Amino acid sequence: MTSTQLNVNGKTVALSVDDVDVPLLYVLRDDLGLHGPRFGCGLGQCGACTVHIDGVAVRSCVMPLSAVKGKVVTLEGLGTEAKPHPLQRAFIEEQAVQCGYCINGMIMQSAALLARNPKPSADQIRQELAANLCRCGTHLRIVRAVQRAAGG
Amino acid sequence: MSLLNRRAVLKASGSLVVGFAWMPQSTFAASPRVVKPVTLDVVDSYLAIGPDGRITVYSGKVDLGTGVRTALTQIVADELDASLEQVTVIQGDTLLTPDQGPTFGSLSIQNGGAQLRRAAATARRALLEKAADKLKTDVSTLSISDGVVVGRGGGKIPFGRLVGGKTPLLKLDEHAPLKSPADFKLVGKSVPRLDIPGKVTGRFTFMQDFKVPGMLHGRIIMPAAMGATLLSYDESTISDIPGVVKVVRIENFLAVVARTEWSAIKAARQLSVKWSAWNGLPEQARIWEHVRSTKVLKDDVTSDTGDATSAFSAAPRKCSATYDFAIHTHGSIGPSCAVAEFKDGKLTCWTASQSTHNLRKQLASMLGLADENVRCVYVDGAGCYGRNAHEDAAGDAALLARTVGQPVRVQWMRADEHGWDPKGPPTLLDMRGGLDAGGKILAWESELYIPNGGAGFVALAGADHAGLSSLGQLSPGGVINDLAIPYTIPNVRTTAHRLESTPFKPSWIRSPGRMQNTFANESFFDELAAASGVDPLQLRLQYLHDPRGEEVLERLAALCDWRQRPKPDRGGEVVTGRGLAYVKYELVRTYVGVVAEVQVNTKSGEISAKRFWVAHDCGQIINPDGLRNQIEGNVVQTVSRVLKEEVTFDRSMVTSLNWATYPILTFPELPEVIIDLIDRPNEVPWGAGEPTAALVPAAIGNAVFDATGVRLRSVPFKAAKVKAAMEAA
Repeated sequence: MTSTQLNVNGKTVALSVDDVDVPLLYVLRDDLGLHGPRFGCGLGQCGACTVHIDGVAVRSCVMPLSAVKGKVVTLEGLGTEAKPHPLQRAFIEEQAVQCGYCINGMIMQSAALLARNPKPSADQIRQELAANLCRCGTHLRIVRAVQRAAGG
Repeated sequence: MSLLNRRAVLKASGSLVVGFAWMPQSTFAASPRVVKPVTLDVVDSYLAIGPDGRITVYSGKVDLGTGVRTALTQIVADELDASLEQVTVIQGDTLLTPDQGPTFGSLSIQNGGAQLRRAAATARRALLEKAADKLKTDVSTLSISDGVVVGRGGGKIPFGRLVGGKTPLLKLDEHAPLKSPADFKLVGKSVPRLDIPGKVTGRFTFMQDFKVPGMLHGRIIMPAAMGATLLSYDESTISDIPGVVKVVRIENFLAVVARTEWSAIKAARQLSVKWSAWNGLPEQARIWEHVRSTKVLKDDVTSDTGDATSAFSAAPRKCSATYDFAIHTHGSIGPSCAVAEFKDGKLTCWTASQSTHNLRKQLASMLGLADENVRCVYVDGAGCYGRNAHEDAAGDAALLARTVGQPVRVQWMRADEHGWDPKGPPTLLDMRGGLDAGGKILAWESELYIPNGGAGFVALAGADHAGLSSLGQLSPGGVINDLAIPYTIPNVRTTAHRLESTPFKPSWIRSPGRMQNTFANESFFDELAAASGVDPLQLRLQYLHDPRGEEVLERLAALCDWRQRPKPDRGGEVVTGRGLAYVKYELVRTYVGVVAEVQVNTKSGEISAKRFWVAHDCGQIINPDGLRNQIEGNVVQTVSRVLKEEVTFDRSMVTSLNWATYPILTFPELPEVIIDLIDRPNEVPWGAGEPTAALVPAAIGNAVFDATGVRLRSVPFKAAKVKAAMEAA
């Protein structure tokens, strides 16, 4: 077992893992009980597992723990029901969820966009989310929610 | 009455009733402290009211991500004049909820909601009668507000004080008086969905998040070919992976169980396994020849008016065409997952199955258990859009939990899901139409080639591999619906040739058969419109003798300015056109009309779906925004299916095993969706989870014809195929 540390949602946690190359996703979900990021493909193709590392949206299903150098933020760290992030509030207001399995990725990817570009156009939002897959067909609402969060 | 008191203990067949107010907190408990009635004929099966006034709804229909939990809450709360906050919904638990049938076919509101409403109406009357008795007044002087019965003289009794005691079960009364639509406070309103705050903050428990103490992780090693036999495996090849508990082999079922998820994944990838060669799949390039040459077990004639064969032969003008629709996969974003636990010879399985009551029978059969020794508990999963692999994962988890004697969680990997979930079968339709010299339609004939069977049990993959029975039969769903047409034509014959087999284990995917049949019907009707030189809307109105359908079409026409629409300019490199399609779902319910606007690149063959207009009449609307969400999803998901999706395979296996090889619609490709909802509060509510989807293929195809003059008859409309069709024209 290897002992290591990870900064997640503002706290440093001690970890003990038997494989330092375990993808970050399983550490977050199984060791730390953070269920915002989800397993969708394990291939970095769908975006359901997206988290932030130092503010950048990354696919945690293909990110080995050993390669994580910065501060990790998950959907839980973005906001809570009592104190939601503007995007979380906007997704509720636009009712931009069907099954909701992909929504973690939609919000995390969009949060990274808004941090870089607080007033994106609808087209910029669609481009940002081009590699985030939704199967229920909630896309139109998701774009509206991101626009709403951006004050548009 | 028997609406419930916390301390009593309920016997399923007796007259004692219990308060289930504590149940919501322990929904997932493996050993519930009570049993309750689950038969369809008593109110107590559907509803419980605790002494604190909390109302628990027991729904056999489950929320597959459609928002139906919220809609059912609205229905019950409104009928009881309670608040939304008072109501909790327990879904799809074989121990606690009545078997209201699988959650499919756009029936959750239409059937499940109607049953719950009757139960609530029966309970309402009983509560009022009991209150009248207590207040020594007449029922007619009482009203209910937020779960409190209020007398005209000011007396108030909350629901919680009207329940409990040793009373008989309350019989569901089909004729219990229903609230007048004019009095609805919650039904018909866009109540925000109850699950969304938890889902956008990472606090909602999906099936994939669900854990029990002592749980191990299983991963399945799927055969290298669909029909391969397991020859050998070498456990020494995974000896370096820590935490592997067991390699489980039952015939051709092979899996690893490990203490951590990552160890299970690594071991499943690393284990050296030898499979026999197998190449029994047909050649994909000749799939339609294969379908056409598959043995026909029987013919189902779904409509027969006049003498279509003679009328077609005699018609002075004839049209005929063949339509085909590719094999599709469900493509849930979250691969299927389940947790199973064996205790004292009893199995509990937590599952995202759309049909926990049927799954229970399948698991019991597979394991040789009595049904009552199996409990299936629904936990929301990723959207499934039909019978995907949720049930298969449950079967796998059950096999592993029994073998290792500890609870096991199984999640399929992406390639498992894309490769092994049951598929929407390849579908072929031959269409013939006869016209007179003036363009009047005299004859309509169609022949559908589709696997035999209905919406029965789909075999569990693990059981198949293990050589065990899971009651599986060929079950493609209710696929012959909507083969018959809504138009009045003097000679019509529609026939479904029911095939003995199909290359991949079939099941239903959103609007099964109805989508393929409607694609052919509404495209071919457009062909007849073009042949007779009549506007497609006008021709439909001419042959439709159904005021509600005509209203949908007129509303659609107004919504998109159909009669003033721009004339397509077929000259440029990128051309634009519009196409229309109409359905009365299964000819008995929801009416929908759709117009698509598409752009076609005439050089590349690439289609871009720009805009959809939808006029939708599903009778009474429970939650307008929830309905819009469903309609938008129907359109966007089906655009994906029509433009992009096709399962690919070689002679051994599916080869489209991930999102790169089975691409779906992405954000930059989104159409706009404009919706007109027709609300009929005095009518019964019909389903909306499928009908719009059925129209999207034909609407797109008809729009491409409008833009290019080229008819597309083969889904998906991929660029290369479209280009070839244009070059051939």
